[in-house]
Amino acid sequence: MASRDTAGLGVGRAVAFVSPALLLIGVFLVFPALWTIYIGITDYALTGPSSVAPSVVGLDNFVEALDDALFTNALWLTVVFVLGSAVIGQNLLGFALAWLLRGARPALRRVVEGLVLLSWILPSVVVAYLWIAVLDRDGGTLGALLGSPGTAWLVEYPMASLVIFNTWRGTAFSMMLYGSALAAVPPSQLETARTVGASGWQTVRDVVFPHIRGHVLTNTLLISLWTANDFTPFLLTAGGPNHESETLPIFIYQQAIASGRLGYAAAISVLLLLVNLVVAALYLLLLRRRS
Amino acid sequence: MTTRQMLRRTGYVAFMAVVLAFFAVPMLWLASAPFDSDPGIGLRWPDWTLANWETTFNHPYALGSLVNSIVLCVVATAVTTVLATLAAYALSRVRIPGRDALLYVLLLLSSVVTGTAAMVPIFVMMFQLGLINSQYATGLVIAGGMLPAAIFILKDFVDSVPRSYEESARVFGASPTQVLLHVVLPVARPGIATILVWAFVQAWGNFLLPFLLLRDVSQQPAAVLLRTLKDEGGSANLTVIPVFSLLYAVPVVALYLFVSKRYGFRFHGGIKA
Amino acid sequence: MMRGKVALAAAVAGALVLSGCLGQQEEADSGRNADAKDVTLTITSNSVEGGKNELGAKWVNDWVIPEFTKRQKDKGVNVTIRHDGVGVDDADYKAKVALDFGTDIGGDIVEIDGIWLGEFAQGGQVRPLEDVVGEEVDGWDGWEQIPDAVEALGEFEGRRYGVPLGTDGRVIFFNKKLFAQAGLPADWQPTSWEEIISAARKLKALPGVIPLQLNAGTAMSEATTMQGVLPLLAGTGSEIWADGKWQGGTEDVRAVLDVYEQVYRGGLGDPVLQQEAKGRDRSFELFAQNKVGMLLESDYFWRSVVDPTTGVAKMADRDTAVGWAKIPAMTSGSGVDGQDFVSMSGGSIRVINPKTEFPQQAWELLEFMNSAEATKARLGDTAQITQREDVNAEVLAGDPMLSFIAEEVLPLTRFRPGLADYPKVSTALQQATADIVAGSSAAEATAGYQEALVKAVGEDQVSGG
Repeated sequence: MASRDTAGLGVGRAVAFVSPALLLIGVFLVFPALWTIYIGITDYALTGPSSVAPSVVGLDNFVEALDDALFTNALWLTVVFVLGSAVIGQNLLGFALAWLLRGARPALRRVVEGLVLLSWILPSVVVAYLWIAVLDRDGGTLGALLGSPGTAWLVEYPMASLVIFNTWRGTAFSMMLYGSALAAVPPSQLETARTVGASGWQTVRDVVFPHIRGHVLTNTLLISLWTANDFTPFLLTAGGPNHESETLPIFIYQQAIASGRLGYAAAISVLLLLVNLVVAALYLLLLRRRS
Repeated sequence: MTTRQMLRRTGYVAFMAVVLAFFAVPMLWLASAPFDSDPGIGLRWPDWTLANWETTFNHPYALGSLVNSIVLCVVATAVTTVLATLAAYALSRVRIPGRDALLYVLLLLSSVVTGTAAMVPIFVMMFQLGLINSQYATGLVIAGGMLPAAIFILKDFVDSVPRSYEESARVFGASPTQVLLHVVLPVARPGIATILVWAFVQAWGNFLLPFLLLRDVSQQPAAVLLRTLKDEGGSANLTVIPVFSLLYAVPVVALYLFVSKRYGFRFHGGIKA
Repeated sequence: MMRGKVALAAAVAGALVLSGCLGQQEEADSGRNADAKDVTLTITSNSVEGGKNELGAKWVNDWVIPEFTKRQKDKGVNVTIRHDGVGVDDADYKAKVALDFGTDIGGDIVEIDGIWLGEFAQGGQVRPLEDVVGEEVDGWDGWEQIPDAVEALGEFEGRRYGVPLGTDGRVIFFNKKLFAQAGLPADWQPTSWEEIISAARKLKALPGVIPLQLNAGTAMSEATTMQGVLPLLAGTGSEIWADGKWQGGTEDVRAVLDVYEQVYRGGLGDPVLQQEAKGRDRSFELFAQNKVGMLLESDYFWRSVVDPTTGVAKMADRDTAVGWAKIPAMTSGSGVDGQDFVSMSGGSIRVINPKTEFPQQAWELLEFMNSAEATKARLGDTAQITQREDVNAEVLAGDPMLSFIAEEVLPLTRFRPGLADYPKVSTALQQATADIVAGSSAAEATAGYQEALVKAVGEDQVSGG
């Protein structure tokens, strides 16, 4: 629609701008992804006879997955992980920090933001060592702080530990996003809320939230997708103890690398994609209802 | 001060103290273990020494792997940032049919490809294209996986740049490229900076792709090397790991500090859905 | 633009179809390029300088490559050898090797764990040396130096696929200081499981000491199978694979799991340690800190873990503080073939990639790498059980522990069956021990194992239950 093309870009130039990215995505993403989906309907394996002559098994892998207690376990744990650490943890803490830091002293603000961002940008392998040091049974910092060493947090409370860990790990994104979203809330409305004596919670609910609803949804979608595909928990618990923290990406890794069942692993990836699709559809639905 | 205000104030201070502790405590290991004569998995007051540093610097591949990481990540990050900016701008300003659906599908597919299951397709494809053992090609593969999310985020940024600026620029006869370079980019800069750091961090930690696609140990990035610091039975080499972790984290932190100082680092204008 | 993308995708897909013979066997001439004057060979191994298997990597880079190149030059052949070595987790390495075998960028000589041989052989990615190189392979004089049991590591269905690098043996290591405190002898040698348990009960009286570290659970992965379940199973007289079937939830498997129940439900071991992601590393650390009484491990533990100078959990007083004992059968004479004592062994092998351009030269290099001279150079001033008896006689003399393994343990030892299904069976066994550690009874774990095994390999492949 040229009439809305205020930048004067023109469709031709727009296509030229988009195509390099699409080309790269097409070759290195769409093509392998489609191929992976195809592998999902075969019995392809890393070694052994079916690595040489895989046969198409149709939906067998999917049927097997739905009947596999370990898969349903992984699916459930992924849901817990996403809800606990992303939808609730990172969202709430990120918003709280953005809200409370608005009026904070610049020095405090810089320190808090710096630390939160640092935990976001450190590489996963390093972060895994940091958290093992915190949660370790004998020398762990948490045990020492609580004055009760001897609790193996990652073994006794694996999912709770991972939820807290991932909240720590990813809050920065939500904090930054909400920080800028809050800047868009008209100060006059906040002022009005204060003069009528609204509590902090009432202000957030009635004045702030309507303005940032779109941000909340976008943020939730992105962090949910990232969390659902996060492999870092493997470095902390290796999926243990006894599969108690084996989320889908770890389950896929175990099936693909340790068991060499590439067909099955690919099918699980497709199921993970479907889960993501449901999340995204839900998000689009909510977004549409808003407008 | 009323009681209520005091309670509020106390609550605020307590909350901030807890948050500070929550985010700071895990970092302590990175400050102590590299300098400890007998670094362990847990945290303790170090028995100060620099011997670990000497061992790490004498490691045949440690420093080289950091250089490799930088090459790999610069390629991946530059490609991601530039292409995502161009695409996001075009998608924001020109209505292409099915634009939103396309973005969502790509975003979802990126989650399949970044997983382990796509290992075989990517490997065989790169082999057929003759791109095994090329750091640049590996950087491109990593970029391909990051582009959808980068475009998705950046498009929202560019959406929030007021179009009136571009209109004025056009009135004064600026070409579309000039508009992009001199009007849109400066306004969207903090967003681009954010994407740049995000992309760098993602690429910096990628293990599986470089491991499979690069064959020469002297080409391997630090993410791969960090997993090789083991003895024959697979036990972690804790003399080298803490120091190397610290070194491994430095470029990322430095990049963040540089970018945030130079360009600002926040969702200025913000993501609008 | 769209068209360009489609074209590229089609080109890639086309290339894949054309190379549809990826991984398929091609009957190539084993004498190809035998007279080439310019030869390029690649050695692939899971080792890297400054990391995993550092000594092996250094040996290839600093000794094998220059020496072999020089000797070939004297014969007028210009050889270039590359070492493709990255030391990572075995599972990751295996995935990489498997992908390599599917294409032709793989090394010419590839080091793999002997236990993977069956999978690769059944998939045709690795083929008998005789087919790849020719019959002259059997004429190599080195075979005489390799004991039959060790040679078996590189054999599948009676044919030679590769040359082993050496082997190891499993024993019970114990802390003599703790033993003295618990009133146990320094020359302890149990003759039944009951004696191990009773020693553990005595050690339990010492505060802060884990009496027995018997690897369990899935986090320890293969260490659980090799250092736990299989040696115990051998002590019942059964082997995990016999007469074409896998051992199901039989009485013997139940007996093994009963031991696990006694240890982990009876306070003789630390269940939490088995479930930690880095539990095995931690168990080594604890042993070195005199907090573990007994620990079942390979001689690797002695050479690389508690070694006073190079170990990952150094014990300055290793030579006086660490004792070792053979693993007893359940009761005297109840072990496999009526043995009183048992052990399990494993080891890596080197195979020749069937797709190599230079099969003859690759074999020449492989022979060279397994010569007595090269084997001694590999060890340097360390000691390890190599594949060659002539070298072992020389290098093990100075190390009482390794001599013990070579003389007393290797004659008793067993190897795992290198079949494609083995990893699944191993996983099922690990899961059974994990269940006990997590609170199940031995009876439940046995039933669960039977069920998982049937699902994994098919009912007709499982015995008993």
